[in-house]
Amino acid sequence: MSSRDRILGRVRRALADVPPDDTSYEQAVDRSYLRVHGDLDVEQTVDLLAENLADYRAIVRRCTEDELARTIAAMLAARGAATVLAPPGLDPAWLSATDVVQVPDRADSTPHDLDRIDSVVTACAVAIAETGTIVLDAGPGQGRRRVTLVPDHHICVVRVPDQVVSSLPEALERLDPTRPSTWISGPSATSDIELDRVEGVHGPRTLEVVLVSDPPGVAA
Amino acid sequence: MPAFPKAAHDAVNNPTLRGNLRHATHTIRDKRAAAVAELDDWAQLREAGKQIKDHTLRHLDRYLVQLEESVTAAGGTVHWAADADEANRIVADLVKATGETEVVKVKSMATQEIGLNEALEAEGIAAYETDLAELIVQLGKDRPSHILVPAIHRNRGEIRDIFAREMSEWGRAAPVGLTDNPADLADAARLHLRDKFLRAKVGVSGANFMVAETGTLVVVESEGNGRMCLTLPETLISVVGIEKVVPTWRDLEVFLQTLPRSSTAERMNPYTSMWTGTSEDDGPSDFHLVLLDNGRTDTLADEVGRQALRCIRCSACLNVCPVYERAGGHAYGSVYPGPIGAILSPQLRGTQSEVDASLPYASSLCGACYDVCPVAIDIPEVLVHLRERIAQGGPVTREGNKAVLKPAKGHAAERAAMRAARWAFGRPGALRAGQRLASRTRKLHPRTLPGPGKAWSATRDLPPVPAEPFRDWWQRTDGGKKSDGDKKTDGVRKTDGVTKDGK
Ligand code: SF4
Repeated sequence: MSSRDRILGRVRRALADVPPDDTSYEQAVDRSYLRVHGDLDVEQTVDLLAENLADYRAIVRRCTEDELARTIAAMLAARGAATVLAPPGLDPAWLSATDVVQVPDRADSTPHDLDRIDSVVTACAVAIAETGTIVLDAGPGQGRRRVTLVPDHHICVVRVPDQVVSSLPEALERLDPTRPSTWISGPSATSDIELDRVEGVHGPRTLEVVLVSDPPGVAA
Repeated sequence: MPAFPKAAHDAVNNPTLRGNLRHATHTIRDKRAAAVAELDDWAQLREAGKQIKDHTLRHLDRYLVQLEESVTAAGGTVHWAADADEANRIVADLVKATGETEVVKVKSMATQEIGLNEALEAEGIAAYETDLAELIVQLGKDRPSHILVPAIHRNRGEIRDIFAREMSEWGRAAPVGLTDNPADLADAARLHLRDKFLRAKVGVSGANFMVAETGTLVVVESEGNGRMCLTLPETLISVVGIEKVVPTWRDLEVFLQTLPRSSTAERMNPYTSMWTGTSEDDGPSDFHLVLLDNGRTDTLADEVGRQALRCIRCSACLNVCPVYERAGGHAYGSVYPGPIGAILSPQLRGTQSEVDASLPYASSLCGACYDVCPVAIDIPEVLVHLRERIAQGGPVTREGNKAVLKPAKGHAAERAAMRAARWAFGRPGALRAGQRLASRTRKLHPRTLPGPGKAWSATRDLPPVPAEPFRDWWQRTDGGKKSDGDKKTDGVRKTDGVTKDGK
């Protein structure tokens, strides 16, 4: 007998005492929990996102669409970055004001290649205000999962308010499970040594999030 | 492995260990209460989590088959392992097929449970732990003592010494003049491990959840070492207990809200990775899922004990447990310490060994573990059930076969119980909490003690448990000055965890 059959057989015998139950899954689980916590308008939701991101020590900036290129250029300059990785599909306008060398994300680049890159700029799929989380799903402008992991500095651009949701349930609804996703809430952190929080053991030590509003001025 | 009372005794006499543990459990405990209080619907989320898990367990065969189909359709390969040996052999063979002799590992309870690192080592394959705490444990030739913070029994000075002494044996040496500053220690670990990540061809992980409907696996972590192991290697092997399956994508909305808050007391952990089979040019091109039984179906066969399979390994129950706080994780003699370990290990492994037979007594039955559990596992109920099973014998399932357990020989179990009682009576706080529980379950109490106390109570009449502990009555009525009111205590159990007003 294969182990598959053995295990499934054991499961069935283990459940022999359980009376048959044909309740549909929809009915089996009481989902009376809240879909959203609190009653915030759009602007307050964006504020909450900014607050929660900052609470987990991401650096948050806000600007309008036409300020974005300059904002990113200034961030890269302040960091002293020599190279920046630009994933496929990233709006070229975003990097139009910087003279930092742009490196494309290539399938055949090795982890060692990535390790030599100073910064990475990406878009995101959705951002969750209640938890201060940005989600990347390898869509346009977000790149492979590893590009936001190996370089030490990640700049992530979130369009507000259309990429912002309030809650986790709302975020899951927007995502496609067949795409790989990375959920990021603040920079890499550990509390393994006497519960002292230390940023950046393995992932980027600096996470900067730019909340960009369009039309200009709405959430700035 | 010494039985719990002996191992606990050693830990209780180690002041450094107790100091580290006490600091850790109290810090996490207080933060958790605050994180949970932020959500008005905690009770509903907890109930939904319980129902999702119960429903899944009730139809586990169906969901496992569905999961297998989804993972396969998404480009992964599914393997089934009835026990630890089989799982280890599958992983070793998969690694050998790649021609590699080293793997990088994400912290995972399942692979610790089966002793994967040791099994791989025997096959000439080096397994590197990449979680900072696991690295500390591995370099220190030590064992983890907590689910969430495995090296919590070590302080910064000890960690510095371990790094300075051992890192060069395993790869990149610690920098000269390494201090015991946590940031410096983390930096040394970063450099040491980065070498390994960047050249790794094979990654090994567990998973927190597997979605039957979509074939998606989920790993929740903080450091990014998980993401390194899950995305940089060409081959990824995930070893996951069969109880980790959930039916639908939507179910994640419950657990991704309750797990981080219960565990690290954060709104959300820094990183969560989700992947479905393989994706072109992104992450490993070869993905293997090893579905692990190793005693889980035996646990499922126990009507009372099966609820332990709802566990999402948040570790909240460890941090509130007065016994864990004093005894430390090593005393439990298994990778699952604390209250959950006390009910899970004897079920997964059976109770033949002295340590497994003593584990159900490693508790004061205060009920704090039940109150914090995000999937509402009634740990005290299972503890009492297991005590009874061990002392009186009864039907059990081992490796899929029904058997009848003989009553425990001699007085080992009784001694363990009496030691636990003595421990509790020496500590008024724990005793008080224990009395509360006793009151709440009063209706169910037999007039003789179940389990190992039976012999003792056979010749004595047990006093009835009062409806309300004296101390509670005193406090509520201000020593009898206020009216007694109509306080309901019979059989009332809290159905939710900590709510906003802390009730
Ligand atoms: S038993 Fe409950 S509280 Fe303990 S680790 Fe498991 S889920 Fe968390």
